[in-house]
Order: sequence, then structure tokens, then C-alpha cells
Amino acid sequence: MNHWVKAGALAIGMAASTFAMAADKIKIATEGAWAPFNFVNEQGQLAGFDVDIANALCAKMKVECEIVGQDWDGMIPALKVRKFDAIVASMSITEERLRQVDFTDHYYSGGLRFMGPEGKELDTSKVGLKGKVIGAQRSTVGGMYLEDNLADVVDIKLYDTQEAVYLDLQAGRLDGAIADELPAYDWLNGDNGKGFEFKGEAFAKNDKIGIAIRKKDELKEKFNQALKEIRADGTYEKINAKYFPFSIY
Amino acid sequence: MDWSVIAEYYPRLLEGSWMTLKLVILSSILGLILAIPMALARVSESLAWNGLPRLYIFFFRGTPLLIQIFLFYYGLSQFEIVRESALWPYLREPYWCAIIVLGLHTAAYVAEILRGALQAIPRGEVEACRVMGMTKPTMYRRILLPRAFGIMMPAYGNEVILMLKGSALASTITLLDLTGMARTIIARTYTPEEIYIAAGVLYLLISWLFMLFFKLLDRLFNRHQMV
Amino acid sequence: MISEVIADGLFEGFTGQLLAGTVMTVKVTLAATFVGICLGLLGASARMSKFKPAKYAGDAYVGFIRGIPELLIIFLIYFGSTRLLMTIASWFGYNEYIELSPFIAGVIALGLTFGGYATEVFRGAFLAVHPGQKEAASALGMSKLRIFFRIQLPQVWRIALPGLGNLILVLMKDTALISVIGLEELTRKTQMVVTATREPFTWYFTAAVMYLSLTVVTTLILRYFENRSRRHERPVARTMKAAGGA
Repeated sequence: MNHWVKAGALAIGMAASTFAMAADKIKIATEGAWAPFNFVNEQGQLAGFDVDIANALCAKMKVECEIVGQDWDGMIPALKVRKFDAIVASMSITEERLRQVDFTDHYYSGGLRFMGPEGKELDTSKVGLKGKVIGAQRSTVGGMYLEDNLADVVDIKLYDTQEAVYLDLQAGRLDGAIADELPAYDWLNGDNGKGFEFKGEAFAKNDKIGIAIRKKDELKEKFNQALKEIRADGTYEKINAKYFPFSIY
Repeated sequence: MDWSVIAEYYPRLLEGSWMTLKLVILSSILGLILAIPMALARVSESLAWNGLPRLYIFFFRGTPLLIQIFLFYYGLSQFEIVRESALWPYLREPYWCAIIVLGLHTAAYVAEILRGALQAIPRGEVEACRVMGMTKPTMYRRILLPRAFGIMMPAYGNEVILMLKGSALASTITLLDLTGMARTIIARTYTPEEIYIAAGVLYLLISWLFMLFFKLLDRLFNRHQMV
Repeated sequence: MISEVIADGLFEGFTGQLLAGTVMTVKVTLAATFVGICLGLLGASARMSKFKPAKYAGDAYVGFIRGIPELLIIFLIYFGSTRLLMTIASWFGYNEYIELSPFIAGVIALGLTFGGYATEVFRGAFLAVHPGQKEAASALGMSKLRIFFRIQLPQVWRIALPGLGNLILVLMKDTALISVIGLEELTRKTQMVVTATREPFTWYFTAAVMYLSLTVVTTLILRYFENRSRRHERPVARTMKAAGGA
């Protein structure tokens, strides 16, 4: 029976540790599966453009920050229930999200773009996409775009992670995928992206990425002020250049 | 709680329920078809016949359904041969992948249930068949299998309801079954409690539907049995 | 060709990742088993209670667990618990943030499932203990609580063990579902390795082999406990039970 006792002790210990106290420092969430914006590096730490920006902002605000990982699907619900105080996870500012949370000014801009296997033509007009199987990550702007604009012509496949989209693209299950241009740029330039290319031009370029905070949180003004400062003093540019050879603001 | 989201999205939840029903029904039929020869091989005394189904059942009962789904859905496409085979048009569809894996999975359990039922048939009935000069195939077709179906009906009903619960995993390979639909709706509305509770209620209703169906089937198969 | 791929996979550095995941799988299984057995005993007592509301609550619990997918229960507990817990805590004047980690959410969700099925196993076992024993004990002047712990529970335990063993095997496989809320157990670790290597078949198959080994080891442990629990039975009873159970 000894292992019952141990399991019990374990369960009780774990339960006690869940009553985490809210500390004074700011907790910032990111996803960790959206390279090069946020990912887990070889040391097992969260890294990427989002993380660098978050750290730069915290340095400007002179507050202690803790970056935590959170699955994308639970991001906004967890923010609302104070699991953390801000989301710096390449989250687009959308009307639907604005009903739930507030956003700071944008800290970069993105667009959507189709991609598919090299050498296989993919006409990205609505007529050309008829009957194609197109994938995207669930609960992303790309996924919403598919559902809102192309639901009547394409066969939509929604995945839990962007990685799963790439996996099925390589498996040949998808004729194409729709994704944010910048992370896709990173993937296509890496080893795994060999044999795939962008199809058509970027669109929905008005995609502004901001930091999500709870409604009426005073953090919004602090973040905005700090954003202005890192834009002005060249910190932003330096971080940008680390990841992309062109400005993404 | 904001229950208006349910009013807004219930047609899509019903759509998801329909997908769930299709998955369960088709995979159950597939599972039953596969289970019959396996169970017959399992009751045979010959070790050669016994070995393969045994290994099959060991694998499918000893590993998680989620791993089986990933192994089949993502795993098979690792091999060029599979991607160029005639089956690929089906295997590339998550819908057929889900039905096949769920069917293969449930077949292992149903085979064991059916084997138990075959072995539970009273000896006298088998001997009576022999005395009447029935050949083995006739005996199985006319007497033993129908009798075993009657015996296994309650256990089989339970297995189908377990499949109903297992079918929720199809949502991990992009299928919009009841769970997949709920997750997609929540991605938009951010109301997990409301939508998951609504989906839970729908699952309960479906499981009651199945229970009722199997109660009727049980009565049908066992109508000649004395109470 | 397939065997070559597997052999390659087993000896690469990622195997360590899978082993770490396996340890987490075992931990979560043990914790959920503990929670589930407590809930099962509670559920069985409720269902056999003469107090009607308790009986109905027990019936409803079993009914819910039987019809609702484990995956949905995991999602509901993980995403839905915080609001509920904070509401309850606020009644007691506690207004800090409370959250459930994927581990705790998974243990609760699978513990609830285990408990629902264990309720039936325990109920059956309680009913199998001859009522004469309870009467004899109370005639000896034992209190109700004492009868429960000294007379009923030891016997119930023994009768329920095979049923509970099956539930533990089912539970161990169900822990794979906690990967969807991010707990880094065996399945999640495998997904991460697949992402890095792009060899889904190799790694999911390796994971399947690890689950199979866990199943075998668990079965052996359970068999040991079952045999041990029968050591007080008379030889005749033992052979009869063995014949019936085969």
C-alpha cells in the first residue's frame, strides 16, 4: 500500500502549491510555439522577438517581470482570470478580442500569406482556391480568415498548433496553408521549410499586433509609454534586426 | 455565465453531434466486422490461429487511443510508399483516418467480448448441434454467433458508449465532431464553461440514445431466452 | 525498413525526453488513482445510502461520468475551474488568484472519471460481503465505523481489486489526454520530439512501445497484489475462484 500513501502525499503537496499568491511583479504570458516570435530555445527557456520586446519594455518600466508559457487556446481566458497580467504573444488586435480584453498600441504589423509546395501551382484567388484543402491554426487570424471568407469554396482544416499544420503540409494532406507572413518567412528559410514557398502576395496587411491586458488595467498606459521609448532610442530597431532584415513595425 | 452563446451557436453544436454520430456508427460497424474473425480465431485451439489476433489485441488494448490516432494519422505519412499508394486518397482524409483507427481500436475490445460470449454458451447447445449433424460453419452461422450476440449485448452496448467518448479524440486531427466544434466555437467566443457544458449535455443525450437502442437490441436478440 | 527506423530512434538522444515523460505519466497515474479510489468509496457509500439526496447525487455522478468524454472533462476542469474556484473562494473572503496547473487539472479530471467507474466496482464489492458478517459484528458490540473499517473494508478491498486493476490500466492510457492541456507526460514529450525530428512514425511507435511496457509492468504488479490478497482464502475457494476468473 506504500505507493498509495506516496501518491496521496504528492497530490496534497501539489494541491497546496496551486494556491499561488499574486506577487507584485508583472507576469507576462507567451506561447512558445511561434518562432521566431516566441519559442523554447535549446536551454528550455522562452525566447524570441516577443520575449525580447517584453524584457525591453519591463526594463524601461523598471519593473520585475516573469515570462510564463501558456497554450494559445487558453491565452485570453487565463488573462481574464488573472493567471498573468499581459500577453506578449504576437496577438493580433481584433474586434472579437477587444470585446474580451484591452490592447496596447501595436508593436509590430503582420499580414497573412498562402504557402504551398514548390512547383505546384496554387492560385490564391477565391475562384482558384475552389475545392482545395487549406489548413491553418485554430484560433488565429488565419483560421478566422478562412472561416469568414473562404468557408464556401475551400475544405478548411483547423489544427491545434502551427507545427501540426506544417506536418500535414509535408505529409501532402494540404494543398496549401494560410499563415502569418513573418513566422512563415522564418519557417520557409529554415531546414524544415525546404520544398515549400509563398503563394501569391501578402494580404490582410492591416494586422496589428499588440499587447493584451485586462480591461481598464492601468498597465496599458505604462506599456504604451515604454513602447514609445524603445521605438525612440533604437532598442526596438536592434531587436527587429536580430530576426528580420526589414522593418516589421 | 453568458448562456446566450449557446443559443447563438447550437446549430453548429448539432452539426458536430451529427459528425460524432457518424464516427461512432461507422467505426462500430467496422470494428464488429473485424472482431468476428478475430474472436473465432481466438477460440480455436490452434496456436497458429491464436497468435496474430492475440498480438493485435495486446497492442490495441495496451496503448492509448490518442497515440494510435497520431501513429496512424501523422505516422503513416512518414513513408513515401503510403503517400503514393492507392489508399492515400482515403488516408489523407482525417475523417477516414478517424473511422479506421476508432474501428481498429474497438475491434480489439469487441473481439475479447465476443470470445467471452462464445465461451459462455452452454456446452449442451453445442452438443445438440453436433447431434443434429450440423457442419461447423453452419453451427457458427445459425446457432453459436447469434447466441453469442445475445449474450454479449450488454457488454457490447457499453463498448459502443466508450467509443462515443473516444470519438472526442478525433478533434485532435482537425475533425469537427462535437468536441472539435466546441473548441472551434470557444476559439471565437472565449466562453469555455458555457460551450463545454452544452457539449457535455449533448454527449449525455447521445449516450442515452445508444443505451436505449442497445436495450431494444438486447430484447430482440434474447427474445427466445427464458427469463 | 520499419524496424530500421525504430532501432535508429531508440538510440538517439531524444529517448531521454521520452523517459522523463514516462516518469510524469506514472506520477499522474498514481495521483489520479488515489483521488479516484477516494471518490469511488464516497460514491459507493452515497449510492447505497438510505438518505435519498445522497443516493441521487451518487447516481447522477456515475451517469455523468459514463456519458461525457474524458477529453471534455479535462477541458472543462482546466479552462472552467478557475472562475468557479475563485467564486467559491471569494465567499470566504479570499480574493487572490487561484489556478489549477495542468497536472492538478488532469489528476482531478481523470480522478473523477476513475471514481465514477470505481463507484460501481466498490458498490458491487460491498454488496458481495455477506450481511450476516455485519450483524455478527454488531452483535459483538462493534460500532458502525469500526465495522466498516475492520470487517467490511478489508474484504471489499479484496473483492474490488481485479475491477480496480482494470480501471488503473484504463486510467494509465487516458493520461495521454492530459497532453492536450500541455502537461509534459509521455505523449506531449513525443509530440515535441516529432516536431524536432519530423519522424512521426518512429517516435509515436516508440511511445506506443513504452505504453505497452507500462501496461505489462502494471499488470504484473496488480497480479502480485491480487495473489497476496487471496493468501487467507482456503485452498478450495482459491481454485474455484481461479477457475471462475479464467
